[in-house]
Amino acid sequence: MSIGHTLLGLLESGPRHGYDLKRAFDEKFGHDRPLHYGQVYSTMSRLLKNGLVEVDGIEAGGGPERKRYAITDAGITDVERWLATPEKPEEYLQSTLYTKVVLALLTHRDAADILDTQRSEHLRSMRILTDRKRKGDLADQLICDHALFHLEADLRWLELTAARLDKLRAAVTR
Amino acid sequence: MTPPPGSLLAAENLRKTFGPTVALDGAHFSIHPGEVVAVMGPSGSGKSTLLHCLAGIVPPDSGSITYDGRELSGLSDTARSALRRSDFGFVFQFGQLVPELTCVENVALPLRLNGSPRKEAERAALTWMERLEVDDLKGKRPGEVSGGQGQRVAVARALVTGPRVVFADEPTGALDSLNGERVMELLTDAARSTNAAVVLVTHEARVAAYSDREIVVRDGRSRDMERAI
Ligand SMILES: Nc1ncnc2c1ncn2[C@@H]1O[C@H](COP(=O)(O)OP(=O)(O)OP(=O)(O)O)[C@@H](O)[C@H]1O
Ligand SMILES: [Mg+2]
Repeated sequence: MSIGHTLLGLLESGPRHGYDLKRAFDEKFGHDRPLHYGQVYSTMSRLLKNGLVEVDGIEAGGGPERKRYAITDAGITDVERWLATPEKPEEYLQSTLYTKVVLALLTHRDAADILDTQRSEHLRSMRILTDRKRKGDLADQLICDHALFHLEADLRWLELTAARLDKLRAAVTR
Repeated sequence: MTPPPGSLLAAENLRKTFGPTVALDGAHFSIHPGEVVAVMGPSGSGKSTLLHCLAGIVPPDSGSITYDGRELSGLSDTARSALRRSDFGFVFQFGQLVPELTCVENVALPLRLNGSPRKEAERAALTWMERLEVDDLKGKRPGEVSGGQGQRVAVARALVTGPRVVFADEPTGALDSLNGERVMELLTDAARSTNAAVVLVTHEARVAAYSDREIVVRDGRSRDMERAI
């Protein structure tokens, strides 16, 4: 995720202090990984240098978290461009799982066993996410769902591969 | 062989053939009270056959099934049906509600079959319909409710007798993600609150994620993933 763009976007609704930006970020997007203050300062100084934000005021007491930042017109354009640009779908063509399965077949090991063990591990993660989702708020649900659908995609691949193991074995050991 | 200690329902070495087809080829299973176990595996691997054997609907050719310390094959057909009505609840993929009855009559049906008076049965039925958030559908017939609503009515019906084991075969198979999720939440919440065990056949990982553990059936043989590791 682009922390810079996210912090910029948070500034669009009005100027904020460094500590306030961190709090807003953590509350809305930092479910697993809250920002370190260090990340906030380094990001803000980069945005400042690039003219995407400006310092709008400094609270008494000093320290970088006391600086109040405002987004510039260039900053708004930058957020807009980021939002409008589609993310590149990840293609995982160099999947470790694929490599493991093919290696198992090449070395006459039990590939079905590898797939079963992997499914079990995936399901373990999915149970934790499902539990968290059940206990959480809507934001938790959406975040967990995203992870769950990705894990599910892996699992569907595992099932399909399990069903094609004989074919795959014939192909790789030819 | 003896069932694993503490298990409510256990099967050892089940074999079942349909003519030349070997549906179960030495399957094992066990479940504790209050546990949700997912039965996964490819289409045609024997999942539904396993569920039917465990529920005493289909007799296996060989192997043993113990429920609450009793060997199922040792019971008469009448005793087995009585056990199914009193101790087991069922949810299937679709087509399980009686179309001529209203939703509340459908949910009350298992109690009526067990001899409860109508009023009492329908009162209990309504309580379960409230828990599954479908009490407003009480006067409608199954043809007049959506798939997801009908499935919740079916879950209410499966739970109304206070079963000790709920058998669910692809209970969300005909539902979209959101409805499937809701049905699973309600089913597992309800089962947990009554300490019922749930045997959940599914090929969907997101549904299986509501279970405590999974077994995988392949070519009629089962693999208990927890015990295997
Ligand atoms: N009543 C029956 N008569 C004949 N063959 C049957 C019968 N029931 C099941 N079979 C066969 O037994 C095998 C296992 O079937 P089963 O219904 O248990 O599979 P399943 O794992 O539930 O599959 P699915 O995921 O498609 O529901 C299949 O080959 C099936 O054709
Ligand atoms: Mg089936």
